[in-house]
Amino acid sequence: MNIPSPTRRQVLTTAASVGGLMLGLRPASAAELPADLAAAIAAFTKGAPLREGRVTLEIAELVDNGNAVPITVAVASPMTATDHVTAIAVFNERNPQRDVISVQLGPRSGRARVSTRIRLATSQKIVAVARLNDGSCWSKTAEVVVTLAACIEGES
Amino acid sequence: MARTLITVPPTAQRGEVIEVRTLIAHSMETGYRPGADGKVVPRDLIRRFSCTYDDGVSKEVVFSAELFPAIAANPYLAFSLVATASGTLRLVWEGDSGFAQTEVVSIRVT
Repeated sequence: MNIPSPTRRQVLTTAASVGGLMLGLRPASAAELPADLAAAIAAFTKGAPLREGRVTLEIAELVDNGNAVPITVAVASPMTATDHVTAIAVFNERNPQRDVISVQLGPRSGRARVSTRIRLATSQKIVAVARLNDGSCWSKTAEVVVTLAACIEGES
Repeated sequence: MARTLITVPPTAQRGEVIEVRTLIAHSMETGYRPGADGKVVPRDLIRRFSCTYDDGVSKEVVFSAELFPAIAANPYLAFSLVATASGTLRLVWEGDSGFAQTEVVSIRVT
């Protein structure tokens, strides 16, 4: 009996293919969100599945000062009476509260685009979700690195 | 009365999408932050904002927002609306401990 021992090349190719398989099986980014963040988003989407796309989230990747971070959320939508965005909400991962802002729009908005300034306690994920008049929900996630946090102790 | 800064184009074409930018002076105390004496400063937030467009024919809320502690001090909000006819925009901020402020700006549509 002579069982061929696997060559180094075989071992490496097997390892690589297994690794590739695991990458392929990685869950979608929405499923990676922490439970409390997912719950806050679910309260806004009212159970509609969250799809990626249509939403653009403008926020600096590297934030110097977390006390006032400019953020703009825009949604690709014709904003007509039959096809428009009804609400946009922004959520965060690691502030004391998950909600940041939620706004209501309509066909009279003309353009689905909102800007504001937010506080960020630390480096974290920001999720913008748009709800359309047909009930579908679209999202965009951004990772932000914060060097000076908001909510630091004492006067800020 | 808190100071406000409201930017609306003075004139607009009918049907044009215009941008309204608003800013109001408010500390937006989160209720999580300790003050100089070490005690947590009580929460004092602006909770709601709404913009009502009165174009002489109808009064309609064209934009509204719920604000949470994560909104920075002196809340800034920029949004769009369709200029349908000359009229007024009524901007209302409401918040904790009875905070309420209303500003009215006129808009001329040609």
